Amino acid sequence: MRNDKSPNIPRTEPIMSATFTPAVNAEIRRAAATGIYDIRGGGAKRRVPHFDDLLFLGASMSRYPLEGYRERCNTSVSLGTRYAQNPIELDIPITIAGMSFGALSGPAKEALGRGALAAGTSTTTGDGGMTPEERDQSSKLVYQYLPSRYGMNPDDLRKADAIEMVVGQGAKPGGGGMLLGQKISDRVAEMRTLPKGIDQRSACRHPDWTGPDDLEIKILELREITGWKVPIYVKVGATRPYFDTTLAVKAGADVVVIDGMQGGTAATQDVFIEHVGLPTLACIRPAVKALQDLGLHREVQLVVSGGIRNGADVAKAMALGADAVAIGTAALIALGDNDPKWEADYQKLGTTAGAYDDWHEGQDPAGITTQDPDLMARFDPVEGGRRLRNYLKVMTLEAQTIARACGKNDLRNLEPEDLCALTIEAAAMAGVPLAGTSWVPGTSGDIT
Amino acid sequence: MMQTFDLEAEGLRALNTALQAQTRETNQTSWQVLNPKGAHAVAVGLDAPIDVQVKGSTGYYCGGMNKQATIRVAGSVGPGAAENMMSGRIIVEGDASQYAGATGHGGMLVIKGNAASRCGISMKGIDIVVHGNIGHMSAFMAQSGTLVVCGDAGDALGDSLYEARLFVRGSVQSLGADCVEKDMRPEHIELLRGLLEAGECDAKPEEFKRYGSARKLYNFDIDNAGDY
Ligand SMILES: Cc1cc2nc3c(=O)[nH]c(=O)nc-3n(C[C@H](O)[C@H](O)[C@H](O)COP(=O)(O)O)c2cc1C
Repeated sequence: MRNDKSPNIPRTEPIMSATFTPAVNAEIRRAAATGIYDIRGGGAKRRVPHFDDLLFLGASMSRYPLEGYRERCNTSVSLGTRYAQNPIELDIPITIAGMSFGALSGPAKEALGRGALAAGTSTTTGDGGMTPEERDQSSKLVYQYLPSRYGMNPDDLRKADAIEMVVGQGAKPGGGGMLLGQKISDRVAEMRTLPKGIDQRSACRHPDWTGPDDLEIKILELREITGWKVPIYVKVGATRPYFDTTLAVKAGADVVVIDGMQGGTAATQDVFIEHVGLPTLACIRPAVKALQDLGLHREVQLVVSGGIRNGADVAKAMALGADAVAIGTAALIALGDNDPKWEADYQKLGTTAGAYDDWHEGQDPAGITTQDPDLMARFDPVEGGRRLRNYLKVMTLEAQTIARACGKNDLRNLEPEDLCALTIEAAAMAGVPLAGTSWVPGTSGDIT
Repeated sequence: MMQTFDLEAEGLRALNTALQAQTRETNQTSWQVLNPKGAHAVAVGLDAPIDVQVKGSTGYYCGGMNKQATIRVAGSVGPGAAENMMSGRIIVEGDASQYAGATGHGGMLVIKGNAASRCGISMKGIDIVVHGNIGHMSAFMAQSGTLVVCGDAGDALGDSLYEARLFVRGSVQSLGADCVEKDMRPEHIELLRGLLEAGECDAKPEEFKRYGSARKLYNFDIDNAGDY
């Protein structure tokens, strides 16, 4: 725009770039000032095709529904029926995902255990080892076996009700853990055998196995140590779901966990969270196809996570073929994370309730993602547990409502045929027709 | 009385079940395992003060997660021997493949031959004594414990090291990021003397050099970003 002074010549309006948005420019300035990438918690914040882009069709002339509250709709599921002597028996197909002690406070872990126990589901440890807070409360505790092996010991391994081999996470497939100095309290440091106050960048690959052939032997060792009693899950970030599922099954997994890019993390580079991995929606059908091709769908169970928020998301994931889902972020919100009641404190941190994601800094106003005793004291684990139980019950009721409307007496009887998509992208990713059409984009090719 | 177990005839599950069933009070304290023939996960998850002699070579993860037991392998071991050991002793008469002693939290691993790459990776308190040489990337991200090498070390020794102590008698092909040579003080000579003795090795502590963390990567500093 030339700044011609003549009053008679219309001026062009100032136009903000769609490419260089204020947020993008702010990040450039932040990078220029600090020389380090942005680290944050949470999952991908940008919009990607998701369960909101799917709809259930419901019953009609050609399908009859079940009576709400009267006709039973089963929600229970067993995980680990392939090899384990003692599969995990869940009353509801919504599990609590692994979140590390260190990222979360001890009372927050306790609350997760309390809520899950009351709702009849499992919780999962995380990087940093097993805490008594969680073991004591949770009757079904999945012990994560991670590249860092922080706090890893055979006694805790044998106390676990299942073992989850973590290969990757949706927020950062191919990335390791990160716990910055501010959060390394004496207790966290001791559990991880590291000095207090240093940044912990945990490894991204396991120290003693590399590919699926090694993993098969690693799983054999874990089974030998735990007497073939408990299920072994393999968790992967969503990248190549068809092949990852196939290889996990080949390596001997009882359960495959796939975590999409919206999945939360305690702390990772923003560029990693936003630019690596597949949306959750895009990975379910290929994973299910892999299990079907092996003749093991339902025998090896599939757990899906990454951006699950309500009963509709649960029902949609299951209709696409998942046996259960896992939640991280939503569970934290149920406990009180990002609650507007702490708005004044969020403002002081330069953010706002709902956007707060600097969990790695340990200053969480809600007292959940912190090791600071004063902040931790704001959080009541008994009340938190109750809130989580309520939320899990609501999600289950919602999923049942949908299932009955589709005429299903078991959540796992939901099927892709019950769904349609609102966008072409979602139709292609979920392998269901675009609403009002019989068009399933992308079906001429191979789903892998 | 020596308990003899033929792995080929009786199978891995039976072996580990029998060994894991031993308690602190057991009087079956002496075991020998015949025909290991490269089997994986031999004598894993033990938790009793027993002696186990493995008469031959093993595959992956021999003695994995050991507590209390003394396991002596009259042969060589595959990858991940003594991984995540908590206590006790594992002695390998031959060579060890990759990741020997990985993530070990305690106890002692003695390798009388050579160890391949990534020996002592992510170690968290274990002591490892290698009579021969070790391969590249050994003691990567090693957190705690001591690695003693009587021969030479390969490339990138002690990369991203935390607080583990490294002693090498021979040459070091190269040091990894943030690993530096440090002074040998009298207390290090004493420590080393004890470890060498326990490790059935007659090398002289005075002949070793000590390596440790420069601690420059402990908290992010833009000027060290090139080392990441
Ligand atoms: C605070 C926090 C800590 C986490 N820690 C771990 C961890 O230690 N290990 C792991 O495998 N995943 C970890 N995750 C990822 C979760 O297990 C899970 O994959 C993810 O939260 C699911 O997506 P959602 O948050 O959208 O529900 C963490 C997530 C959060 C939010």
